[in-house]
Amino acid sequence: MEYFVIIIGSIFVSNIVLTQFLGICPFVGVSGKLSTSVGMGGAVLFVLTLATMVTWIIQYYVLNPLGLGFMQTIVFILIIASLVQMVEIILKKVSPALFQALGVFLPLITTNCAVLGVAILTIQKDFNLIEGVVYAIANAIGFTLALVLFAGIREHLDLMEVPKAMRGVPIALVVAGILALAFMGFTGLV
Amino acid sequence: MIHIKEKRNNIEYSISPVSLSEVEGSSGIKKYTMNQIQNFTKGFIKENPVFILLLGLCPTLGVTTSAVNGLGMGLATTFVLVMSNLVVSVVRKAIPDKVRIPAFIVIIASFVTIVELVMQAYTPDLFEALGLFIPLIVVNCIVLGRAEAFASKNTPWSSIVDGMGMGLGFAFALTLLGGARELLGSGAIFGIKLIEADLMLVFVLAPGAFIVLGYLIALINKLNKA
Repeated sequence: MEYFVIIIGSIFVSNIVLTQFLGICPFVGVSGKLSTSVGMGGAVLFVLTLATMVTWIIQYYVLNPLGLGFMQTIVFILIIASLVQMVEIILKKVSPALFQALGVFLPLITTNCAVLGVAILTIQKDFNLIEGVVYAIANAIGFTLALVLFAGIREHLDLMEVPKAMRGVPIALVVAGILALAFMGFTGLV
Repeated sequence: MIHIKEKRNNIEYSISPVSLSEVEGSSGIKKYTMNQIQNFTKGFIKENPVFILLLGLCPTLGVTTSAVNGLGMGLATTFVLVMSNLVVSVVRKAIPDKVRIPAFIVIIASFVTIVELVMQAYTPDLFEALGLFIPLIVVNCIVLGRAEAFASKNTPWSSIVDGMGMGLGFAFALTLLGGARELLGSGAIFGIKLIEADLMLVFVLAPGAFIVLGYLIALINKLNKA
């Protein structure tokens, strides 16, 4: 039941992109096409889960016992950066097919604030390791959901006649606002 | 966006022949100060990180529920930007090319930690309001972007000027957005009540951030073309 609340809460009620404003850059930058947004979602799911697991273990078994809590930001970002590099190298060797699909998106993920954001939120919310992993997976699904929904709308938007100054990003942001308005309907669900 | 870049190039071309034709000796200094001034002002409108370059959108949308929060976040980012630009440009020749990005990230993260601790101690209210977005300055694309694109290739002094200009441009954009949302949502700016009425609360909530930013960018596009 607890996990169910975490899952529904992170995907719908406080969606990572539309209500927490994490990972906006790929949301605006990548989500032009449906296929690329699914690829990006997959890459984020992979890295986000792994990063949350590793940072949780480091926080509770290295930083806290040594009293180095203030080093959190530096340590976490280094872990995420090296993790992304490692995933890239391992994927290249082990599964070239998966690397083909996700490869382009991996370098972008280091500076995706969703990854660092979720890692820090997991610590702030005092989750245990399993809750943290569930939270990470649910947030990655929420990210993918927002990206895919948005990409679908933007594909149609390209065919519409929009006032010149509003073309491209401005109209996309207004549409994202309306999408966020729709997600507000889930408020109070859990 | 292409249109603006061309326009900028025209301006640069039209300025350089003038300063070249100045009397020798003074022309060097004049050109230098000219460049520094341009270097500083470009962050406000022509290359504004938020409105034109569309960088750092997460904190832009996340913290601008009021003008004060926007300004606080903008100034915190400016500090990190100036200091990391300075350090990166001082050590730029000592860092091997292959490890430069991780090295930049460590430098940036150190200054973010300083900001975090200082704000926690001296402005606890603002620290609470900005919350998660203070550590997330590390992954703000503007900071790493300026370190990579400018500070790693230029002298310390111009890097400071560049960081200051970009940072204040960012702060300007955030304050503008925060002010607009505060005014539409609660009828106040910087906490001073201007309109006594129940307004559209939705502008202070998440959807308002997207909508107001969208219209602000459209407005700036329109003004740039006119």
